[in-house]
Amino acid sequence: MGRVAFESVTKRFGDVTAVDDLTLEIHDEELLVLLGPSGCGKTTALRMVAGLDDPTDGVIRIGDRVVNDVEAKDRDVAMVFQSYALYPHMTVRRNVEFPLRARDVPKEDRDSLVMEAARSLGIEDLLDRKPAALSGGQRQRVALARAIVRRPAAFLMDEPLSNLDAKLRVQTRAELVELQRRLAATVLYVTHDQTEAMTMGHRVAILNRGVLQQVDAPQAVYERPANLFVAQFVGTPPMNTIAGEVRTGGNDVVVHVPGGRVTLPAALGAAVRRKATTRDVVLGVRPEHLVLGASRPAGNGSAGEGMGTADGAGLPATVTVIESLGHERHVVCRLEDGTLVIVRQAGDEPVPSVGARVSIATDAEHLHLFEATSGSRIEP
Amino acid sequence: MTRRRREAYLGYALLLPALVVFGAFVFYPLGRNIYLGFFRNPPFPNLPKRYVGFDQYGEVLGSSDFWNSLKTTVLFALYTVPTGIALGLGLAVLAHQKLKGIAIYRTIFSSTVATSVAVASVIFGTLFNPQVGLLPSIGISPNPPILDNPTWALPAVALVTVWQSLGLTFILMSSGLQAIPDELLEAAAVDGATPWRRFRQVTLPLLTPTLFFAGVVGTIFAFQSFGQIDLLTQGGPLHKTNVLTYFIYSELRLHSNPGTAAVLATALFVITLALTLIQLRFLERRVHYVR
Repeated sequence: MGRVAFESVTKRFGDVTAVDDLTLEIHDEELLVLLGPSGCGKTTALRMVAGLDDPTDGVIRIGDRVVNDVEAKDRDVAMVFQSYALYPHMTVRRNVEFPLRARDVPKEDRDSLVMEAARSLGIEDLLDRKPAALSGGQRQRVALARAIVRRPAAFLMDEPLSNLDAKLRVQTRAELVELQRRLAATVLYVTHDQTEAMTMGHRVAILNRGVLQQVDAPQAVYERPANLFVAQFVGTPPMNTIAGEVRTGGNDVVVHVPGGRVTLPAALGAAVRRKATTRDVVLGVRPEHLVLGASRPAGNGSAGEGMGTADGAGLPATVTVIESLGHERHVVCRLEDGTLVIVRQAGDEPVPSVGARVSIATDAEHLHLFEATSGSRIEP
Repeated sequence: MTRRRREAYLGYALLLPALVVFGAFVFYPLGRNIYLGFFRNPPFPNLPKRYVGFDQYGEVLGSSDFWNSLKTTVLFALYTVPTGIALGLGLAVLAHQKLKGIAIYRTIFSSTVATSVAVASVIFGTLFNPQVGLLPSIGISPNPPILDNPTWALPAVALVTVWQSLGLTFILMSSGLQAIPDELLEAAAVDGATPWRRFRQVTLPLLTPTLFFAGVVGTIFAFQSFGQIDLLTQGGPLHKTNVLTYFIYSELRLHSNPGTAAVLATALFVITLALTLIQLRFLERRVHYVR
């Protein structure tokens, strides 16, 4: 197994920059998820590692070898395609065997390697069938078997679960993680599904418009998103964002938001003071960190830390939609300026009524603060 | 009237125009042709023809003229079809690249589609011409000239045919290549296969329906070729290019023998029909395009 590294890699298609100055390393035996919306360049990045696209600029390494000028067939990586790309005219056995034949592995070794791969994915009974006779889940396993059969330096997976139905996807997700650990494989896994990224990745690299936004462990990405894009892309429902304006006066740094104001915790306030230029900011709060309260009379804005502490009132809002998922509930509220905010409630909490006037509050420790212009996070 | 019956009537009513057209222009002439074969034409015009039943079929189909002509036709098909497919496939593979300006090559390669057999024959007839042709001017002047040469006349006519049908074969092969998902070839490349192995083990097997189609259609075209023979060699020299269609034509027009011509035409029809049936059977079975 080996590591895979991008060093200042750029890929342009004509005028379009698909990947912009990407520097990223996938460690040995790591499962790194490349996450981003469609068209963000993640598949292009993967294809450059596979040797199917050439970088316009920069260096790609597999192990310690620079592979820019190495052909796909000689790169010693295996790829699982979104469509699985099984050879339709070959039986499952021939499909799995193909990478071995291509490397002139002797027949006896091929047979045992194919059996081993097939067994580890539970497809021994399907070896003599053609792909057309398989279900989606079975095809996916064949594609995986074909990838693992020759123990490549790294695995490249391009949305391998996206063609499975929801139930099978959850199951296969767990199996993939288990397989990765068993093989101690280096995996670069591309997906647009943040749930897959959060559940599978040792680390997650988030890409937007070809630019790397953040690389970190899933929990860290969730708890300390580097910018507004990451904050809103990771997490369902996404992080709430409320535009505000910084006012510094006296000892406190206060952010004025629609319907009230929020006093920043001292450390965060100090950080804002240091960035003297920052006036327009965006407050972020995860839906699960918001609490619904009864409406307070107007003019009783918050005075303590965060949006409404025990003594202060929260921001006034109106309940517009309630989405119940059984175990939890998403209450969509509208702030005074029309900003929509989602509050996540446990299923057993009392249900607010649509149209009700409520107040929304949170603890100061759960506040995220971003610069409005650059979108980048302001860290205490 | 029940709904089922109404629909049945409607179905027949909708079929009727097609049946009338096919009846008038295909089935009737076919039946008439088979019928004509039962009559022997007199050795001199204006004498009555005579009903001989299957005698004439037996005679003509047993004659060495027929077998020689059939042999020539099969040879002609063997010269034209595999060569044409190989060249068409080769060009299609070359043009199946994402390169700047590749569209120009695609246009050039498919351009003979816009050339008629007559034009192609005239072009090549001129090239082969011993006085003004290209070959003599570059020092190749076989004696007798190519089109009068019993050894080279048929290959020369085959060459014209290959050239003329190359555009169509190229288009067929190109569309066949385009139907193969790029991902399969990419997967094969990542799996470590060399370009040659990718072509042999992925492209070629997935192209078999196209190859087979081109093979059968090409063979049928070869069996029906007439224009280039008529314009270039008139069946000669020494009957070496006397393919079935030309044989039929000469029996009918030059020897005024519709009876014999009808027998030959029926034989050609049966051969073509057999080829078509083989193709239908084969294509039905080979549908492994499901991803």
